[in-house]
Amino acid sequence: MASDNSGTPQGGGLWAWINARLPLDKMLKEHVTEYYAPKNFNLWYVFGALSLVVLVNQLVTGIFLTMSYKPSAAEAFASVEYIMRDVDWGWLIRYMHSTGASAFFIVVYLHMFRALMYGSYRAPRELLWIFGMLIYLALMAEAFMGYLLPWGNMSYWGAQVIVSLFGTIPVIGDSLAEWIKGDYYISDITLNRFFALHVIAIPLILLFLVVSHILALHEVGSNNPDGIEIKKNKDAKGVPLDGVKFHPYYTVKDTYALGVFLIVFCSILFFAPTFGGMFLEAPNFDQANPMQTPPHIAPVWYFTPFYAMLRAVPSFLGTQVWGVLVMFGAIALLFFLPWLDRSPVRSVRYKGPVTKIALGIFALSFVVLGYCGMKPPQGIFPLLARIFTCLYFAFFLLMPWYSRLDRTKPVPDRVTYDAH
Amino acid sequence: MRIKTFATLVVAAGLLLPLMTLANEGESFPHAGNDPYNQASLQRGARNFMNYCSGCHSAKFVRYNRLAKDLAIPEAELRANLMFTSDKPADTIQSAMPAQDAIKWFGVAPPDLSLITRSRGTDHVYAYLMSFYRDASRPTGVNNTVLVGTAMPHVLADLQGVQTAVFKTAAVAGAPEFEKFELPQPGVLSPEKYAEFVRDTVNFLEYMAEPIQTTRRDLGVWVILFLMLFTGFAYLLYKEFWRDVR
Repeated sequence: MASDNSGTPQGGGLWAWINARLPLDKMLKEHVTEYYAPKNFNLWYVFGALSLVVLVNQLVTGIFLTMSYKPSAAEAFASVEYIMRDVDWGWLIRYMHSTGASAFFIVVYLHMFRALMYGSYRAPRELLWIFGMLIYLALMAEAFMGYLLPWGNMSYWGAQVIVSLFGTIPVIGDSLAEWIKGDYYISDITLNRFFALHVIAIPLILLFLVVSHILALHEVGSNNPDGIEIKKNKDAKGVPLDGVKFHPYYTVKDTYALGVFLIVFCSILFFAPTFGGMFLEAPNFDQANPMQTPPHIAPVWYFTPFYAMLRAVPSFLGTQVWGVLVMFGAIALLFFLPWLDRSPVRSVRYKGPVTKIALGIFALSFVVLGYCGMKPPQGIFPLLARIFTCLYFAFFLLMPWYSRLDRTKPVPDRVTYDAH
Repeated sequence: MRIKTFATLVVAAGLLLPLMTLANEGESFPHAGNDPYNQASLQRGARNFMNYCSGCHSAKFVRYNRLAKDLAIPEAELRANLMFTSDKPADTIQSAMPAQDAIKWFGVAPPDLSLITRSRGTDHVYAYLMSFYRDASRPTGVNNTVLVGTAMPHVLADLQGVQTAVFKTAAVAGAPEFEKFELPQPGVLSPEKYAEFVRDTVNFLEYMAEPIQTTRRDLGVWVILFLMLFTGFAYLLYKEFWRDVR
């Protein structure tokens, strides 16, 4: 790459010709070779890059699946089996896509928890956080609609349950549910529109949001485990003293992380693609049957924390809309995190014991709720779900107080980093 | 710092662990003892399936020539001994019984068996085939402890004989609790031979549910080996670059 210090590519050739017309070189520098990221990233910081890899995996395998999949109630189930049996390498592409869906949520949940720990949502990164949350919402819509496409019995009844949630909204509920389905029940019409949304509309929205998320990140700069701004300490050239170039330092580190991730991913893909019925559920190997409800309907694992909250709330005043409100409220609260956290410091490293315990309780609630959501609502589970729903909400609703009153430790000027 | 990185790893693992332990849930049945690599067993299973199951049950996603290729069955043998409802090896396995008649005779159409072990579990199917017992109150004369009130007659009765079920006298009012089977009227096969017969059959059913299974696992080993090598080099490269970062 021939370029001088002024940033204008020199010499002739194709590269200079292109750069006189399109700022390729400039963009590469801004976002890759001269984007300075804090040098003290730890393990938690690999999940952003990994979610990008999984996104590409979903897009590419999705394109190939679309070539053989038939979006019709009569043919969908058989076309998936056709992909699994008759299409060359179809089984691999399908398992990459189905395992990728769960992997997407695993890396995104870890990525979000990282932001929670190190205060990556705090000013000036509020918009970055909001774009991230919108990505999460789009991802949930994408996953929900994609789950209907194999037209298995769990696909069918899962969609039935989730669409009926909209039916609980007073006055407009029934017409809204009907509008979503495009029919009086989940039918061929529903399958067709979910297909359109899953393969075109939501991926476009996702891509737009991901680009915005990355642009916003590069505008404000990355946070780090110490939660301090590396831009405060710059050398004579304006380069952050605690920053390293994204390429090659983080590209090489993320490549290593990618290797570890792929070992886990491929272990599941090749040796346990159904993951014991969690990634591909047993009832989904039966074709959708409106006359036969599976013995126990539960959404896929990544929705179960919210499903548990939905079931935890009893219906009163003759409507079940409260559970739906609590479930959507649990997600909506996350959007307000930048304004709920009043701590003088960002990172959990310098926060006090109350905040640390609160964060621990939050993580525990999410896992316990996820477990409750998979279980039939019997025995101890409804009670557990209620307790941990309260704890989940308490983490957010009490944050303005405990975050401000909690003890904090002094924050260092420079990042904590041990050279290798 | 090292300790902290380690601690975060432990936390991450802790978050994922509940998922892993959840992986094997559901009703527990004794293990079917399937071995998808045992080709002789799969071939016997194919014979059993075609002779005892395919009269009523289809396997509409499975092609004759694909299974012949996977199970190393010569085409002549396939045509002579395994193909009863079609003469084209590229056809899928259809049942000879019209669904309408089946509903008239049994109340339900026999389910397609292509994916039965994936939707019910191999151990479940194995246990089901082992658990028919005499019950004069049923129209078929038999009932099943795994699927109570099953519409399926005991088509393997001449092989197994007909078991009788012994129930404990119920302590609490309600359904009596199953205790054990007895076999007053043995069939052509000894109980051991019958268990083997069912194992071969279920092994074949599992093959049909995912014909690619063995290929998938074999390929997986190479993929993981490659990834380990790749990750090793990526780690060295990472260390090399980060040496300069002070």
